Amino acid sequence: MYLGRVIGTVWATRRHQALEGGRMVLVQPIDDTKEPVGQPLAALDTVGSGAGEIVLYVTAYEAAMPWLESHPGLEVAGVDASVIGIVDRVDAGAST
Amino acid sequence: MILGRVTGSVHATVKNPHLDGHRLLVVKPVDLAGQPRGRPIVSIDRVDAGVGDLVLVCREGSSARFVLDDPDSPVQAMVLAVVDDLVLHDPDGKDR
Repeated sequence: MYLGRVIGTVWATRRHQALEGGRMVLVQPIDDTKEPVGQPLAALDTVGSGAGEIVLYVTAYEAAMPWLESHPGLEVAGVDASVIGIVDRVDAGAST
Repeated sequence: MILGRVTGSVHATVKNPHLDGHRLLVVKPVDLAGQPRGRPIVSIDRVDAGVGDLVLVCREGSSARFVLDDPDSPVQAMVLAVVDDLVLHDPDGKDR
């Protein structure tokens, strides 16, 4: 899992049928001091995250798992990033 | 597995149900000199690691699901060991 900030929403009417009804958000990866790191990515939102919120997201195969679990009958979902948590607080103690 | 330094923890009330009950640690990957490398990884803690600890992070989702005994868990990274000491070997076989 990684930390990111929701910086936008992606609207795509024409999409793969396996993702129908799914909300896509733009996530800017951040480090533990909330500074942006790298390039933004589009992710499937599975927790109802809102603009500006700090979130947990997963990539790779794990990104498809929440969607597949909540949509019985689906065997594949074309998604490589999913928001799976809304962060209340990051306690960052050490400097290294 | 990779070497990392625990720099903090993440608290999230709204999250994927498979993450319930697990501690989430912020771990910064480090090189052999202890210098941070790349963006932090949010990892499930399996060994009661604390801030400042040098740890081994397993970044393999299928291994995580095996360890957690939860085939639907969208987890990508787990802290599986706290490193007590690292011994590097010179090419001539001596420790340093």
